[in-house]
Amino acid sequence: MAIRWGGYRVKGLHDELIRATGKPRPAAVRLCEYLRSLNDAEIEERKQASEAAIRVMGVTFRVYSEEGGSIDRAWPFDIIPRIIAASEWRRIEAGLKQRVHALNLFIDDLYHDQRVVRDGVFPNEILASSKNFRPQCVGINPSRGVWAHICGSDLVRDKDGTVYVLEDNLRVPSGVSYMLENRLVQKRIFPELFEQYSIEPVDDYPSQLYDMLCSIAPRPSEKPEVVVLTPGIYNSAYFEHSYLAQQMGAELVEGRDLVVGDDDIVYMRTIGGLTRVDVIYRRVDDLFLDPEAFNPDSTLGVRGLLRAWKKGNVALANAPGAGVADDKVVYALVPKMIKYYLGEEAILPNVPTYLCMDDKEREYVLANLDKLVVKPANESGGYGMLIGPHATQKERDEFVRLIRRDPRNYIAQPLVTLSTTPTLVGTRAEPRHIDLRPFILSGESVYVTNGGLTRVALRKGSTVVNSSQGGGSKDTWIVEEGST
Amino acid sequence: MLSRVGENLYWMARYLERAENSARLINVNTNLLLDLPKRVQPGWEPLIEISGSRSDYTSQYPTIDERSVVKYLIGDTNHPGSILSSLGFARENARTVRDFMPRETWENVNELYLYAKGNLASGLGHRRRYEYLRGIIHGVQQISGLLAGTMTHDEGYNMLRMGRNLERADMTIRIIDVRSANLLPELSKELTPFENIQWMSVLKSLSAYQMYRRAMQVRVRRPDVLRFLFKERLFPRAFYHTVTEVESCLEYLPRREAPLRCVSDLKERVAAAHPENFDQRELHEFIDTLEIGLIDLNRAISDTYFLANVTSA
Repeated sequence: MAIRWGGYRVKGLHDELIRATGKPRPAAVRLCEYLRSLNDAEIEERKQASEAAIRVMGVTFRVYSEEGGSIDRAWPFDIIPRIIAASEWRRIEAGLKQRVHALNLFIDDLYHDQRVVRDGVFPNEILASSKNFRPQCVGINPSRGVWAHICGSDLVRDKDGTVYVLEDNLRVPSGVSYMLENRLVQKRIFPELFEQYSIEPVDDYPSQLYDMLCSIAPRPSEKPEVVVLTPGIYNSAYFEHSYLAQQMGAELVEGRDLVVGDDDIVYMRTIGGLTRVDVIYRRVDDLFLDPEAFNPDSTLGVRGLLRAWKKGNVALANAPGAGVADDKVVYALVPKMIKYYLGEEAILPNVPTYLCMDDKEREYVLANLDKLVVKPANESGGYGMLIGPHATQKERDEFVRLIRRDPRNYIAQPLVTLSTTPTLVGTRAEPRHIDLRPFILSGESVYVTNGGLTRVALRKGSTVVNSSQGGGSKDTWIVEEGST
Repeated sequence: MLSRVGENLYWMARYLERAENSARLINVNTNLLLDLPKRVQPGWEPLIEISGSRSDYTSQYPTIDERSVVKYLIGDTNHPGSILSSLGFARENARTVRDFMPRETWENVNELYLYAKGNLASGLGHRRRYEYLRGIIHGVQQISGLLAGTMTHDEGYNMLRMGRNLERADMTIRIIDVRSANLLPELSKELTPFENIQWMSVLKSLSAYQMYRRAMQVRVRRPDVLRFLFKERLFPRAFYHTVTEVESCLEYLPRREAPLRCVSDLKERVAAAHPENFDQRELHEFIDTLEIGLIDLNRAISDTYFLANVTSA
C-alpha cells in the first residue's frame, strides 16, 4: 500500500519532514510527493538497489568476535533522506564554528596560562580530576594554536524544535566516511530528486580535510607528506581510516610503519628507505600514541612521537590532549567559555546539564532520577548511561550509589525526546528517532560539512542511534527552500 | 610503498604458492603409487623429505604411512608448512593489505581458506582427495589470475610476483632433489619401464609434463628432464625462469643492487652447469648451492625492503 502520509503519526514529537498537521514541511514537499508516487514494488526495488550498492562499494563497519577474528557488517542505510532547510542550517553552521573556536581557545589556554581557571570561570577541581588532561602537553604550541582540528559534534532536536548540542567529540570522532558513502548511494537510487532539488554537496570533505592537514604542516613544502595513523584492521572504524586515506591519496600507516629518528623527526619505513612524515592524522587514542610519553605497553603507537611533535617537527591532528574538552562536565561549561573567550552568547544551546560534583545540583539529580538521564563524564558510544524514566528502581538505586561514590564522573540532563523522521519499515514510512553529527575542520580556516551524518534508531521507540547497538543512518540534505 | 605492505604482499604470494605446490605434489604421489609395483614403492616418505621437515614429523607421528603423511601435509595446523597453515598465513597477510589489492582478492583468499578448512575430511580420505586438492590448486590459480588481470602492475604487484617465483624456485629444486634420488635405484635395467613413470611424476608435480613434451620432443629421460627443469628459459616453473622473473620484478623496485647480485649469481650458476651429466651426488651438491643462493636472495630482499630492516634513508 506504499507510503501514505495520511497514516503517518507525528504524535506530539518534532518530526523533521512532517508537521503536526500531517502536511510536509516546505523543504520536504517535493520528496514526500515523490515517495507517495512510488508503489510497493518500486520502493522495494530502490531498497534493494541501495543494499546492492552498499555491498558493492564495500561500506562496512566492523564488529570484533573471538571466532572469526572480526566480522564486517554491511552499513545499515535508510533510503528516505533527512532534510534540513538551508536557512536553518546557516545558523547551525555559525553556531558550530563559534563553539569549536571557543573550544580551541579553551584547550590552548588550559595548556598554557590557564587564565580561565584563574578568572574563576573553570573550577580548578574539574581540571585536577580530568581524565583527558595531559600534563605532557603543557606549554606546547601546535601550529596556528589549533588543538581540535577535526571535531564531530552531536546535535539533537527536542519536542519544541530547538536544536541542542548534545556532546562534542574532540578525540578521534568517526562517521564521516559513512556520510560520504550515504550520499553516493542516495544519488544512485533517487537521481530524479537530485535533478529537482538543489542539495548542497558533501563530497568535498576529503579535499577539505587534506587541505586542512597540509595547512598545519610544520615545514613549508609544496606537497607535505600526510599520513593516516590507524590502530589497525581490528579497529571498528578501520573502514573509515582506509577510506579517508584512499580519498586523500595519503598513506595509511600503523604505528610500526613509523619511526622517530635521533633527529626527532618522524619517518615512515618504505621499500625505498625512510621517508619524512609532516602531518599525521591520527586515529589512535592519546594514551596509545607514544609508549615513551603515555601508556608504556602500547604497541599501537610510535616511540618518541610526542618528542617530535613538541619540537615542532611533525603535526598531529587532533593534537594530544585535545580530549580534555570531550569531558561531559567540561561540556556543561561551554556556553560560559564562549562568553569568556569570544564575548558572545552561544548560538547553539547546550542541553541543560546538572553537575553531580556540585552539592546542590547533585541533590536535585538524586531526587529526580526518574526524570533525568545520567551520563558518565568520559564515555562514548552510549555506554554506562542511565535513562531514568525508562529504568527500573533497582537500576536507579545503583546509580545513586555510583554518583555518591564519584560525583565528578557524572552529569545529568532532562530527557531530550529526539526528533523523528520518516524511515522505511517494510514498504511504509514510520517515524524513527534521529540525531545528527556534523564535522568541523579547523586549520587555516574553519569548515563545516553541509549537514553531516544522520544516525537513526531503527527499532521502534528506541533513541539509541549507535551503529554498534542497532542504529542505522540516512543521507542528510541541506536544501534551499526556494528550489522546491 | 610502505615496507609493511610490501612484506605482506610478498608473503601472501609465497604462502599461496606453497599451498598450490603441496596440493599438486600430494595428488601426483597418490597417482604414482598406483602405477608402481609394490616392491619398489617409495611410499610417502619422499614427501616428508621434500617438505624439509622430517625431524618435526617424526617427533609427532610414530610411522610414515599414507594417512599420517597426508594429514601432516594437508591439515596439521601444528605444521607451519601444511596446506591449511599456509592458507591461514596467506589469509592473515592478505587481511592487512586488502586495500592495496583488487577488492575480490581478499574475498577469494578468505574463501579458499574456508574451503580448505571446511572440507578437510575430503582431503584426508582417499576417495575425494583428488577433487579437494584440485579445488585448492584452482583457488590459488584463480587468485593469481585475478591479480594479473586487475591489479596495477606496480611495486606491490612485483613484490607479490617476486614472492611467488622464489617459492616456485625453491619447490622445483626440492622436488628434483628428492624425487631423482629416492624413487628408484639408478641404472637398474630390470626397472627401466618404470623410469619413464618416475620422471613423468616429477614433471607432473610441477605441471611440467605437457610443456616438456612440447619443448623437448623426446621421451621422458632423466638428462632431458633435468636440463628442462633447471635451464628452460620459458617454462614458468623451471628454475632459470623463476630466477629471471625475480630479476624482472626487481626492475620495478628501488635499491635493488643487493638482491640483483644474488639473482645474477644464481643465473650464472645454472647457465654454467650441465645437470644432464650429473650423477646423484653431483646433482645433490649442485642443488645445495642453489638452495644457499635462494636463501641469500631471500635475505637480501628482506634486508632491503622489509619492515624491521628499513632503518635508514
